[in-house]
Amino acid sequence: MVKKIAALIGFVSLLGSTAYATTISGAGATFPAPVYGKWANSYRSQTGVVINYQPIGSGGGIKQIKASTVDFGASDKPLKVEELSKDGLYQFPTVMGGIVPIINLPGLRSGRLHLTGSILADIYLGKITKWNDPRIASINPWLKLPPVPITVVHRADGSGTSFQFTSYLTLKSPEWASRVGASDAVQWPIGLGGKGNDGVAAFVKQTAGAIGYVEYAYTRQSTVPYALIANSEGRFPHPSTESFKAASASADWTHAAGNNISLLDQKGSESWPIVSTTYILLHRTPSKPDTTAEILKFFDWGYQNGDQDALSLDYAPLPKEVKTFIRQQWKTEVQVNGKAVYSAR
Amino acid sequence: MSDSSLSQPSRSDRLFSSGSLGEMIFRSLCFSAATLTLVAMAGIIVSLTIGGWPAFKAFGINFFLSSEWNPVSEIYGAAGPIIGTLITSFLALLLALPLAVGISVFLVEFCPVILARPIAVAVELLAGIPSIVYGMWGLFVLAPWFAHYIQFPLLMNLSSDSWLGKMVAGVPNGANILTASLILAIMILPYMASVFRELFLTVPAQVREAAYGLGATPFEVVRSVIIPYVKRGLIGVIMLGLGRALGETMAVTFIIGNTHSLPHSLFDSGSTIASTIANEFTEATSEMHSAALTALGLVLFMITFLVLILARLLIGKRS
Repeated sequence: MVKKIAALIGFVSLLGSTAYATTISGAGATFPAPVYGKWANSYRSQTGVVINYQPIGSGGGIKQIKASTVDFGASDKPLKVEELSKDGLYQFPTVMGGIVPIINLPGLRSGRLHLTGSILADIYLGKITKWNDPRIASINPWLKLPPVPITVVHRADGSGTSFQFTSYLTLKSPEWASRVGASDAVQWPIGLGGKGNDGVAAFVKQTAGAIGYVEYAYTRQSTVPYALIANSEGRFPHPSTESFKAASASADWTHAAGNNISLLDQKGSESWPIVSTTYILLHRTPSKPDTTAEILKFFDWGYQNGDQDALSLDYAPLPKEVKTFIRQQWKTEVQVNGKAVYSAR
Repeated sequence: MSDSSLSQPSRSDRLFSSGSLGEMIFRSLCFSAATLTLVAMAGIIVSLTIGGWPAFKAFGINFFLSSEWNPVSEIYGAAGPIIGTLITSFLALLLALPLAVGISVFLVEFCPVILARPIAVAVELLAGIPSIVYGMWGLFVLAPWFAHYIQFPLLMNLSSDSWLGKMVAGVPNGANILTASLILAIMILPYMASVFRELFLTVPAQVREAAYGLGATPFEVVRSVIIPYVKRGLIGVIMLGLGRALGETMAVTFIIGNTHSLPHSLFDSGSTIASTIANEFTEATSEMHSAALTALGLVLFMITFLVLILARLLIGKRS
């Protein structure tokens, strides 16, 4: 009994001691949750600051930061400038990822099948229904494509991944743009929905002739082969953190209002065509400047020390120039009474 | 027995008569526990109605009749998920009911003592499995098996013009209305079976023995004595099983295919109200999208409510 009480007292004092450390709460996108988690872990052991990030989805993150129930929000979908100014919010990018089509065809190896944006759109529109369609066959003369019907798999849950993928199809196909459009969840013309990246991967894996799209990390974990997509220069680079970086290097970050930038279909022969970045949302004039300073300090730390962690989890770090640009931006964008909340050195 | 009314005050006397302080605290605690449920339920209905009102107002009756669910153009018609919910739940009930009755009759009437315990434990264990585990099992084990051994052969051997062929048309990957119903059936089975067993055990031994004494066969005893004896309870359990199936979310989301259009066959993919909410609520950024999902929640609440009322009516008032 005495032992139990002693243990209980020990436990309570442990709780007490952690309560003294600074705790920052954030919520939002699920896509960057693993890398934020890894950064937060290292950061905590170095500084004692606890970052509590809840991956509840981009929509939830946006709602919670607007209601100020969290210290920072996170979203895969950049907010428009008008929406940012309406709610007094500021957004900045953290890491990048790529979206990759995966295919289940007997005997197909990764990277062998080539597709274009407009072919991809017509497959998802239900206009190309067989793998031996002349349009697919003509750009894949080295493959003997079977007359297998194409089963389209998409995300069932609302997702930033779907937003980027449908944005890309919207960019490449006028018909997709007018009939379906781009959003976290759309009215898919055909196909069936899997829950999450793993749900999509599972359906593709189980169905001969299926095509789906997943975050890059899932193509590395799963055995389903991926296809290549023609980039804006007609080349077919493989998906990798290198080709995602190439896409971001071609983008014009400094002139994107509200940092709302699209990395889709960028120039550069080595650029992967479906690349996206994920964002942090803060109040422009925070009511708790000290907490916001801690948040910026944390992401500053992530910018400088987090690249290896990001790469190990299959995210692409932002280019150096972009990081420098954003770090300078913090001084002017997040202020209280005309004074910068946090100045990156 | 008739004297018991003298020693036991009526209910209203018990509620209001004064007693010791401890008794009073105990009574008021019980009272607040009971009213808390009512308040919570009223709160849920009110907030669902307020939250979903913009959707009802914008789409009116089309919210129930249209199957166009388009977050991009902000048009929401919930016919697909509503029909999907009803079909999967009733199919699940249809599949689970005979099995549940079979299990419980066997346990009560025929089972050797040595087997009774393991079977009863297995049934209860089934009830304890979290629904996400059923979902993963459905996705990774049941769906591929079903596609390979049932869907493919049916697709190959039935003419697509025949009535039966139309019922089984669909992409053979195991993600469809029927597999979702199967998973649901497995999920409501243990609950129904264990309550059925309890019900059958309430039949007095004398009644059963008397029926056997008159020369009735076991089947006749079950059909003409046991089932009629517990009929009301049976209906109640069936309705509660249906209620559970209506609201089940995770397992169904994994395996139903998640398309909002109306299902055309048993092997077509579909969606349910609960799966649609689970899929889209986290990323519903526009006001109308959230409102439409909240309105769906209210619809599900109403369906469950109707099922419970129906159960009450069927059971009737206890005399």
